[in-house]
Amino acid sequence: MKLIARGAEAVIMLDEGEIIKKRIKKNYRIPLIDLKLRKKRTKREARLLSIARQHGIPTPFVRDVIPEEFTIRISYIEGETLRDIVEKLKNIKEIFHEVGNLAGKMHSGNVIHGDLTTSNMILSKGRIYLIDFGLGEINESIEAKGTDILVFKKSVRSTHFEHEEEIFDAFFRGYLESFPSGSKVIERLKLMERRGRYFSER
Amino acid sequence: MKCLGIEATAEKLGIGIVNIKSEILTNITKYKPLTTGIHPREAAQHHAENIKDLIKEALQKVELSFKDIDLISFSQGPGLGPSLRVAAVAARTLALKYSLPLVGVNHCVAHIEIGRLKTEARDPLTVYVSGGNTQITAFVSGRYRVFGETLDIALGNLIDQFARTANLGNPGGPVVEKLAKEGNYIELPYTVKGMDLSYSGLLTAAKRALNNYSVEDVCYSLQEVSFSMLVEVAERALAHTGKEELLIAGGVGVNRRLQEMLNSMADERGSGFFTTPENLLGDNGAMIAWLGILEYTHGKRMKPEDSFVRQRWRTDEVEVLWR
Repeated sequence: MKLIARGAEAVIMLDEGEIIKKRIKKNYRIPLIDLKLRKKRTKREARLLSIARQHGIPTPFVRDVIPEEFTIRISYIEGETLRDIVEKLKNIKEIFHEVGNLAGKMHSGNVIHGDLTTSNMILSKGRIYLIDFGLGEINESIEAKGTDILVFKKSVRSTHFEHEEEIFDAFFRGYLESFPSGSKVIERLKLMERRGRYFSER
Repeated sequence: MKCLGIEATAEKLGIGIVNIKSEILTNITKYKPLTTGIHPREAAQHHAENIKDLIKEALQKVELSFKDIDLISFSQGPGLGPSLRVAAVAARTLALKYSLPLVGVNHCVAHIEIGRLKTEARDPLTVYVSGGNTQITAFVSGRYRVFGETLDIALGNLIDQFARTANLGNPGGPVVEKLAKEGNYIELPYTVKGMDLSYSGLLTAAKRALNNYSVEDVCYSLQEVSFSMLVEVAERALAHTGKEELLIAGGVGVNRRLQEMLNSMADERGSGFFTTPENLLGDNGAMIAWLGILEYTHGKRMKPEDSFVRQRWRTDEVEVLWR
């Protein structure tokens, strides 16, 4: 078994060609909160990875779930996260059109990702995989879908600010294509941004 | 060079004088103790009534007069409009009367910069938590980018609103912190959205829990849940940005439990941990004066006619010329 990544909440290990993701204990929070969160997210992630796949979203296959050990075993997707390669992508519009498309498919199936950032999108052999569904849920409300998109928008604004406009543009075109009633989500999103503490009218 | 800074974004009015060697010569703050939430017009009235004497007092304290001042800075935003306008009007008036240059500065950036000035932190991820703000920022390509923030109410606002419902007085933070020491955990909603968080559902649930549980239990659980959420998103932001230092800014930063939790997370990651000195954590004039100096010495100029207030000025709109 080989440690391949240490995220903020989990360690990722490679074992016989498969990924083991284990959510680790955090000493800053009390055990009652810590145990509950880790268990809940482990189960959730396994469930949502499978459900998302049924809606046509490329995700790793779930091989095993061990809630008591806060561990899931999933297939290994070889590739790079979009976060690391956005700046050197030649077809940035095409890629984010596809990301929008996937988000639309996901939302039309009422799957909320919960942490829709480019760190959780892997480009592998021309396909985009979504990973890390631990903060996700099944929720049909417009508000939940709006929040999902808001998280994506904000992460792009902070991390890929040089390509903000073209990313949003392509993303929303793709989103509406696979999810026509997503226009309601986009309307709500504008309201939500205004509800925030800071926004600029541009 | 000496800069006189005027802070008025919410209920506190602050005057600070800082020189170019970054020494804080004076820093005084005045506010009307609150029994309810901030009433914007009443806060502004308080500031308007006191600002003249407070400026005078600040100067007299260090035996200075306007002849010794080279620059006026003020909190241009974000904040409550009526408060901001008092600071802006006073700053413009002084600039015109004494023919001094004027700069309006961003309140959130001022919190970050005073923390960097007074701690060893050089390039931190800043967790800025106060009555009106909850924001996680880091410097990337010329700006303080926002990596996480509240999607609705601020952490300080959560605690204050809860404390008022529980009749714990105002500000509620210190009382909640004390009562929490005697409490046990009850379950309250935990809401993290990527690197952002939401406190409004937690507030509703905590208020409701007062009907069934002791105030100590609710205080304890409210702190544990709201702080865990904040520390979690701060850790995600640290991992995401690759920064190796964590800095606390803002009034809620005085809470020992919050400091302890952030410190523990930073330790586990091997990151440096820094807290802005207590007298500079809350809103104050010195941070406005210091940022005024940074901005002015790096070329920022402002005509009085361009000094309109910016209630919702985003941290990431400020071009950071001094880094």
